[in-house]
Amino acid sequence: MKKEFTITVYTENHIGLLVRIATIFSRRKINIESLNTSPSEAEGIHRFTIVINETEEVVRKLARQIEKQVEVLKAYYNTDEEIVWQELALYKVPTDEIAEKVQVERLLREHGARAVVIRKDYTIFETSGHRAETENLVQVLAPYGLIEFVRSARVAIIKNSKGFHEKLKEFDEAEPAEELVENEFLDKQGEVFSM
Amino acid sequence: MGTVELLVKNETAKKQVSLQVPKLGAGEYSGSQAVLEALIAEGVETVFGYPGGAIMPIYDALYDYNDRLKHILVRHEQGGIHAAQGFARSSGKVGVVFATSGPGATNLVTGLADAMIDSTPLVAITGQVFAHLLGTDAFQETDVINITTPVTKWNYQVTDANEIPSVLAKAFYIARTGRPGPVLVDITKNAQIQKFDYEGYQKCNHIRSYRPKPIIRQEYVEEAAKLINEAKKPFVIFGQGVILGKAEKEFKEFIEKAGLPAAWTILGLSALPTDHPLNVGMLGMHGNYGPNVMTNECDVLIAVGMRFDDRVTGRLDKYAKQAKVIHLDIDPSEIDKNVKATIGVWGDCKETLPLLTKLVDAKKHTEWFEKFSACEQEEIKEVIHEELNPSTAILTMGEVIRNLNELTNGDAIIVTDVGQHQMVACRYARFNESKSNITSGGLGTMGFGLPAAIGAKFGAPERTVVVIIGDGGIQMTIQEFGTIMQSEVNVKILILNNQFLGMVRQWQQLFNDKRYSFVDIASPDYVMVAKGYGIEGQKVSERNDLKSALKTMLDHDGSYMLEVMVGKENNVFPMVPQGCSVSEVRLK
Repeated sequence: MKKEFTITVYTENHIGLLVRIATIFSRRKINIESLNTSPSEAEGIHRFTIVINETEEVVRKLARQIEKQVEVLKAYYNTDEEIVWQELALYKVPTDEIAEKVQVERLLREHGARAVVIRKDYTIFETSGHRAETENLVQVLAPYGLIEFVRSARVAIIKNSKGFHEKLKEFDEAEPAEELVENEFLDKQGEVFSM
Repeated sequence: MGTVELLVKNETAKKQVSLQVPKLGAGEYSGSQAVLEALIAEGVETVFGYPGGAIMPIYDALYDYNDRLKHILVRHEQGGIHAAQGFARSSGKVGVVFATSGPGATNLVTGLADAMIDSTPLVAITGQVFAHLLGTDAFQETDVINITTPVTKWNYQVTDANEIPSVLAKAFYIARTGRPGPVLVDITKNAQIQKFDYEGYQKCNHIRSYRPKPIIRQEYVEEAAKLINEAKKPFVIFGQGVILGKAEKEFKEFIEKAGLPAAWTILGLSALPTDHPLNVGMLGMHGNYGPNVMTNECDVLIAVGMRFDDRVTGRLDKYAKQAKVIHLDIDPSEIDKNVKATIGVWGDCKETLPLLTKLVDAKKHTEWFEKFSACEQEEIKEVIHEELNPSTAILTMGEVIRNLNELTNGDAIIVTDVGQHQMVACRYARFNESKSNITSGGLGTMGFGLPAAIGAKFGAPERTVVVIIGDGGIQMTIQEFGTIMQSEVNVKILILNNQFLGMVRQWQQLFNDKRYSFVDIASPDYVMVAKGYGIEGQKVSERNDLKSALKTMLDHDGSYMLEVMVGKENNVFPMVPQGCSVSEVRLK
């Protein structure tokens, strides 16, 4: 059964790696729902957050293909239940509408939006949350002359992760450390979390 | 791609162009020299290539390295990279190819894709336009990094000479370790010209984000051994992993101790001598009858260094469903990719096989072997006997191979192109030594044979190299006759001419009601073409002439071309039709 998976990839910061990772999906005609690159908790290590809709079997294979790339240190995949995630959204609305209609102010407050820029002609609000929440505010603001809307890619924290500092030390050593368990997915086939 | 003046429009570029013959101070090297020093430090002796504008500085430096590096001028960059592949496959070393930017680089793409899917260690070095011209649609500029990303194990663009030693060290390390593969390094012209303080070359032996060999887990080895010991009908299928891992001896010891019948993929061919009693033959679409049928009868299937290609498995949902599957592979992404493994033993088979051998019981499995023998007898009766000793007047491809075997005693390197002749050669050629079968397996690249044979000869100069090519494939890269002529490469070219693109014709006959759509291919007079290139040759179509012609070819001092006219509409059998299960293999 297809469902939403978030793939977290720790990589070196290398030109061309984005293409290498993107082609793993496009080659198999799999659409990337959302893709974010950012620094990670470990210095010099990049973090990709990729969201796709697929079966777990496909996602597991994709994660292995990603991890096979020379500059990739580790790829994890998780269901929505295993992560805490957010997306940021910006909304541009005409200022006079807001100034005149108390209703709008109430709606924004209800949706936890805050003003980032207020100008005579327009005001920009920002909110963050799950897809449904940011989507919902678009519907709500539409009747009030929503001028522009944009949403960022997903960023996600894996609930059950201890971060990458320790793993990185293992990678840094010339010889792989003993405790690094490469076959760990075989150990816990039921609750597959990492490779 | 010919010598071309760069279209230089601005001052900086002019300055750089004027630096083309740099005067070097003490300790100073040009980027180009650093490239060649890197090759020498990596033990490279032979490079295949073709010059052009953006790689001229490297070729200029090469002029002074003639005594230490042998450069083979090919006739097309595709020929260059296939030659580098042939070199890598016969020698077990990394093949190296040079090409210029733009069309030179794009001509490498087929070879890179071929090397990628067949795990061949290569380093391709391409010239690139000046760094300041990148992205300006400069003359012969192409985005070679992005074009080659999906078909390389790793690629990198160098724009500064200081990077050259470390990037090439990384390139060679990545190409040859783990699951080998092609690496491309694109070097802008300014970096080739640039002078820098050269601090010597240091080989790379660690990249923190790259784990060439997964750690072996003893418990999975133990579980695998337990399955093998309990098995009544165990069956080993092996691929090129055995050859790439240089584990032929370890593999033999493993199957000999446990008494396991072993069948090969076409890339695994020659890892186990043909006449080894445990060698039961070839897998897959045109493989032997027994190995295909027994795949669906065995109780434990042990896959060693192979990747369950669709040409091997046929219909996946009817593939070895009754069996427990043990999969040994160095590439973790291969395990469970196509066939779900009961036990995945990750690691280099050079290390995992001896661990398994230690734990398996010494057995014979005589009854189980008899089933393979029975299948073999049936296949001999239905297919093999007639193919090797035809009752018709027209020659068959199989009898050509049989005669060749009788003359070479299985000691030659056999290079093949792609198509019917490839399947026949793989089925019937005999091998005593590993790394003796060189063919394009995964990609099925027609035109691979001739240039690969050139490379194979340089990779194993003391061995006889016979390349078997169809009348289609030879015409795809026939220009490499020029390389054979100029570099005096002693390869034996055996063209099996059935006047058709035979494999496609066979499918059209069997599955498209004999609608022979564009498979009727005309040939030039190959003997005359060869003669034009100074290559001696002859054409035979009579059985009486065949053996002596083959002997003349093999005994000839230097390259030789023999064209053999074979039956026009002969088919390769057995065959597992596409979409069918391996147990539905057809004998006719």
